Amino acid sequence: MKKKSFLFLLAAAIVFFAGRLNAQSTFPVNDVANPKEGCYAFINATIVTNAQTTLQNATLVIRKGKIEAVGTKLTLPKDAVVVDCNGKYIYPSFIDMYSDYRSETAQKSGGGQRGQSQFLSTTKGAYGWNQAIRSENDAATSFAVNDTKAKDLRAIGFGTVLTHQMDGISRGTGAVVTLANEKENLVMLKEKASANYSFNKGSSTQDYPTSLMGSIALLRQNFLDAQWYKTKPAGEGTNLSLQAFLDNQLLPQIFESSDKWSDLRADKIGDEFGVQFIIRAAGNEYQRISEVKSTNASFIVPLNFPQAMDVEDPTDARFLALADMKHWEMAPSNPAAFEKATINFALTANGLKETGSFFSNLRKAIQLGLSEQKALKALTETPATLLGMYDKVGSIETGKIANFLITSAPIFSEKTIVYQNWIQGNKYTLMEDGWKDIRGNYNLVINNTAHTLSVTGDISKPSAEIIGTDTTKVDLKIKDKLVLMVINYKKDSANAARLSGVISEDAWSGTGETIGGKQLSWTAVKAGNQVLAADTTGKKKKDAVAAVGGEITYPFNGYGFTTIPIQQNILIKNATVWTNEKEGELANTDVLIKNGKIAAIGKNLSDVAAKIIDGTGKHLSPGIIDEHSHIAGTGGINECSQSVTSEARIADVLDPEDIDIYRQLSGGVTSSHILHGSCNTIGGQTQLIKLRWGASAEQLKFSNWDPFIKFALGENVKRSYSQSNNRFPDTRMGVEEVLTDAFTRAREYEKLPAGKRRDLELDALVEILNKKRFITCHSYVQSEITSMMRVAEKFGFSVNTFTHILEGYKVADKMKAHGANASTFSDWWAYKMEVVDAIPQNAYLMQKAGLNVAINSDDGEMARRLNQEAAKSVKYTDMSEEDALKMVTLNPATMLHVADRTGSIKTGKDADLVLWSDNPLSIYARAEKTIVDGIVYFDNEKDKLLREAIVKERARLIQKMIGAKKGGEKTSPAAPSFREKNYCEEDIHTDKAFWGKIEKNNLSIDNQ
Amino acid sequence: MFRQAWQKINSMKKIFLPIVLLFSLTVVAQENMHPSPAQTGTIALTNGVIHIGNGEVIENGMIVFSNGKIVDVRPSSPIMDIKVFDLKGKHVYPGVIASSTNLGLVEVSAVSATADYEELGDINPSIRSLVAYNTDSKVINTLRSNGVLLAHIVPQGGTISGTSSVVQLDAWNWEDAAYKTDNGIHFNMPSLINVPVQFRRPGANDDRVKQGLEKIEGIRNFFREAKAYRNEIMHASVNLKFEAVKGLFDKSKTFFVHCTLVKEMMVAIDLAKEFNFKLVLVGAEDSWLITDILKQNNVAVILSQPHSLPATDDDDVDQPYKTGVALQKAGILFTICQDGGDGFWRQRNLPFQAGTMAAYGLTKEQALSSITLSAAKILGIDNITGSLEKGKDANIVISEGDLLDMKSSKVTQAFIQGREINLDNKQKQLFERYKYKYSIK
Repeated sequence: MKKKSFLFLLAAAIVFFAGRLNAQSTFPVNDVANPKEGCYAFINATIVTNAQTTLQNATLVIRKGKIEAVGTKLTLPKDAVVVDCNGKYIYPSFIDMYSDYRSETAQKSGGGQRGQSQFLSTTKGAYGWNQAIRSENDAATSFAVNDTKAKDLRAIGFGTVLTHQMDGISRGTGAVVTLANEKENLVMLKEKASANYSFNKGSSTQDYPTSLMGSIALLRQNFLDAQWYKTKPAGEGTNLSLQAFLDNQLLPQIFESSDKWSDLRADKIGDEFGVQFIIRAAGNEYQRISEVKSTNASFIVPLNFPQAMDVEDPTDARFLALADMKHWEMAPSNPAAFEKATINFALTANGLKETGSFFSNLRKAIQLGLSEQKALKALTETPATLLGMYDKVGSIETGKIANFLITSAPIFSEKTIVYQNWIQGNKYTLMEDGWKDIRGNYNLVINNTAHTLSVTGDISKPSAEIIGTDTTKVDLKIKDKLVLMVINYKKDSANAARLSGVISEDAWSGTGETIGGKQLSWTAVKAGNQVLAADTTGKKKKDAVAAVGGEITYPFNGYGFTTIPIQQNILIKNATVWTNEKEGELANTDVLIKNGKIAAIGKNLSDVAAKIIDGTGKHLSPGIIDEHSHIAGTGGINECSQSVTSEARIADVLDPEDIDIYRQLSGGVTSSHILHGSCNTIGGQTQLIKLRWGASAEQLKFSNWDPFIKFALGENVKRSYSQSNNRFPDTRMGVEEVLTDAFTRAREYEKLPAGKRRDLELDALVEILNKKRFITCHSYVQSEITSMMRVAEKFGFSVNTFTHILEGYKVADKMKAHGANASTFSDWWAYKMEVVDAIPQNAYLMQKAGLNVAINSDDGEMARRLNQEAAKSVKYTDMSEEDALKMVTLNPATMLHVADRTGSIKTGKDADLVLWSDNPLSIYARAEKTIVDGIVYFDNEKDKLLREAIVKERARLIQKMIGAKKGGEKTSPAAPSFREKNYCEEDIHTDKAFWGKIEKNNLSIDNQ
Repeated sequence: MFRQAWQKINSMKKIFLPIVLLFSLTVVAQENMHPSPAQTGTIALTNGVIHIGNGEVIENGMIVFSNGKIVDVRPSSPIMDIKVFDLKGKHVYPGVIASSTNLGLVEVSAVSATADYEELGDINPSIRSLVAYNTDSKVINTLRSNGVLLAHIVPQGGTISGTSSVVQLDAWNWEDAAYKTDNGIHFNMPSLINVPVQFRRPGANDDRVKQGLEKIEGIRNFFREAKAYRNEIMHASVNLKFEAVKGLFDKSKTFFVHCTLVKEMMVAIDLAKEFNFKLVLVGAEDSWLITDILKQNNVAVILSQPHSLPATDDDDVDQPYKTGVALQKAGILFTICQDGGDGFWRQRNLPFQAGTMAAYGLTKEQALSSITLSAAKILGIDNITGSLEKGKDANIVISEGDLLDMKSSKVTQAFIQGREINLDNKQKQLFERYKYKYSIK
């Protein structure tokens, strides 16, 4: 014990004296040595030592770049340079933990889709296979002081930043540096302070990953590979990327997100691997703050609020989406939303187009409810604590680095001047003017004539006038200590004069000249301080809050709900009910819904608690189920980079706010099977969803559902229409071999003993082998259909569903024997070579051969009319109307293994229902109410109101934007809003319905 | 140039084999179908529900045609000495007109060797669609069997893509098929909207509106020069491009402007005014926003397919379904089309697209008129077709049920210029082939 306390004292003594000892350095000096103590004492200041504590009339003493003392009634060191800070405020300098101060932002990836594929990284050295995994990247080793950039950041109050290279998915480590203009060695406070991540592959030219789901899969696999690498696997050799990834795990883990939903995606990965990410927020978290809070993450919140757009031209305004305008209005409330939800967060200047807008944006955030105390904490203590650096920076405390700001007033007030930003004890002057508050009344004596000079206005840009019977404006120009006054008497021009002089504390004096050339001398002595106007920020704050006229809706667009709807009892009376059960079509029948389930079907039902819907003259059918859909996905639904990407998961990239969800509800769709695209043989894992408009991505998922995976054959996967395919395979012969090879590898992988590298790609294939995961296979021609079945049989499983399957009618008997389902188009053909034999009688023939057949959309537009697509079988063949409707309800439910819960109107099943104006197979039928789990998500009556509300809200926001422009706010030129739309083929197209035409680029009609 | 040529060669290589297989195995029967000979004598169709095409319906009517022309339409009454088809209550319609399509110019969209609808170059008025129209396309028969009997064959690509013609869908060759030759010139309006921020590339010249306006100015100059050229009879050298647009100035040809947005439509109207052209807008998705202006300027519209998604997230979810309704209410002459690269085979759904408009506000007869008589008026052929009226060609479709509703539409007979046409097609033949395989009766 004694020994330990002795060591402690020794250590303490060393720390204490270190500050006073001569600092040695290896660097030679090409000059006369100029050692300095750098001891300053700032007296009479209001010192805000941290967000909670303010010391009045206090003193701060610094020495050798550190804080020596802070407090009131301090004894000043004799060697201190004393700075009188009377009337001024001192704050700790800010900390930005999300900066790329050290380096240029990475250039956008040039990875060539459809051109020649790059399968491996081109990074030189013993690094990993993927160019977007740059865990070895070390900000400290490539760091260079850049005073131009540093100056910008100092000007907005920052003293310390965590810098990292913003490039890639695993981006390597960040370093904490100060913004002093000193040698790299001296400004670096911590060389490895964070490990950084994103979903953006950045400058990587490699194909993999092409999609967000690929990025997620890559990062997950990398976590697994790093663990496995600990075992020093012989086959891997040296992999510096994996080693670095492992080494970096002990650091704070920071994840950059570009959307509120991606916050959740990142957090989910963290949960899987025991990592709590700190998330660099996207800026739209306020739209889903409770979900965001559920991550338990700390956040780094940006202040890069969108600019207003120039929407004066109504034809331009038309293409700016309401969601984007709402976001413009509400984005500044994002920091306040974090505070209100009691989420731990730091603020960042990252993302600002001009750093100059930092304070004005911060004030906007404060006006919308962010407290000043929290703002300060988020710029100081919080980032310092998150980085484990609060012992060094983030507050004004003895022993910490001397990073502080001197301001004219409370830092977040509108007219406050930041005079100086001291970093590591070095002074960086931001503003000279106004350091001395010269405002007040002066006795001005010009050649013995007395006047009263009143100096008012901005502390840094005061204005002056001579008070008297004839009050006269004085043109006042102050440069440091020099003053120039031009006096222009209106009536008495003879007295007009130009005075030049020096300001010496409260006494000014100098010489001058009248308009007639007469020489003058003058003095001005301060007679009293200006009476400051009352602070009006409080009032302003209230006004601004009231000014946000919009509401958060779920989803965040015109068709969203203001409150998420809940289940209620519903009784639909007197409708024609298409049961899809042996009862068939029931006339004048009631259906009762309770707790989201169908509770009763019959005549004259009653339930006092139920909302009554009159079904007289209308038709009630089960909700439509689309077996093949690509809506509600983001970041691309094709991971095209390799022929086998079974590790990619649609479940990771659901976008619950896709307007197509609502549009499809308006066409009676209640469930959609969201598939990976068809650009490769073994695509990604699929996700069945219910169209619960307003729900989160997780809540969209169909619960307890057998997992599926998308396969594809034929022209898309062999890239028939590419000009230079170099991705295996290039023929149907090769496609068959890709399948055989993949399952051979999966079988061998399964047999490997414990301790094997867990392979996410093969895991999914092993699930197929074990009948735990089921295939829906995009296919067209009979040869490939048969091949696929034979491969499956060889490996002991069967293909659950052939989707598209336009030549299914040619091999329906074989498919029957194999046990496959078929999900096809009603009448598509002629768009590519492999569909020239497609016929609209396909569904009928397959059904007659005993197959379970569905009609799918693979098209965000057609999905709204699937009932009518099914009706085409009635037209082209002898199929009955009931059988036709089953092809878009019960049959897809069966092939998706959920017919026990949906697909027919039967007591106990989920209340997924549609009330139609007419026979649902008729072109004249319109969905009036679409019900999922007993909740009316589409209601034609409510829809009318929403349309009116959209028009009104758009008009309000357009006026507000125009007002902002007129009020002098910077605006950007009008640009149309963009919404991602995904298609089965490889490219992420723009909105086909609109942009396809605008661009006049002849996008071929999807699917394919 | 080189790249395109190379691409063509490359894709030829890939599709050569399948094409051979196709021809040798499956389509022999289709090749035995043949166009019908000219109609002679007189035929009467009796006891039908006759949808005239102009909004009128004769519940139990008869229609008489002779040598290809309709000679009488009236309530059924006994008739002597002529061939009579008793329709027994079936529905009778004018032949549906596909008003803007690349039918016959392409067989398989993705296979460029089969595509003949987009020529190289920017100003191509002298390029004529008719000469490449392939009467033997397998797609044509699948349209006829759904009631589409005439089509306006439109070239695509470039800024002025060429000259279109109207064909009838039962012919040995394009000369026989020609129904109205060289009836219009097609101008693809440059886009007058900027790209979304997400699509801008750093450093790229992204002011698309400016680029578009410059291009339009170029077209304006082209027409000014063409006009001046037309004023002089003698020319040192013939300019085929100027020759091709002569008919616009005397309105013997129609000026079809393919555009989408309000600004684009406004520019089109101004352009047509300057040169006094007969203007038809094609596409015109946002035409519902300027119905007053369209009406004032007497502009007709070939509206893009109602089965489309709304242009913006905020639009009414059923906006494309009801755009035609807005045009109808404003008294604007309009029809609908299925345009784009896949606009050939999809024409068979044209009646159902019209049906959708009926579900969203048109009467059924208005919906029918839009794809028959209105289309004929817009294409300048309403004097000879578009409705079941005396003196017009006997272009007639007979269906067991409502032609606009797939639930009931079953076309049983059709006549082009009085000739009863074969309603078989490749798909029906494949159907029969596999019914045989699976012993389905």
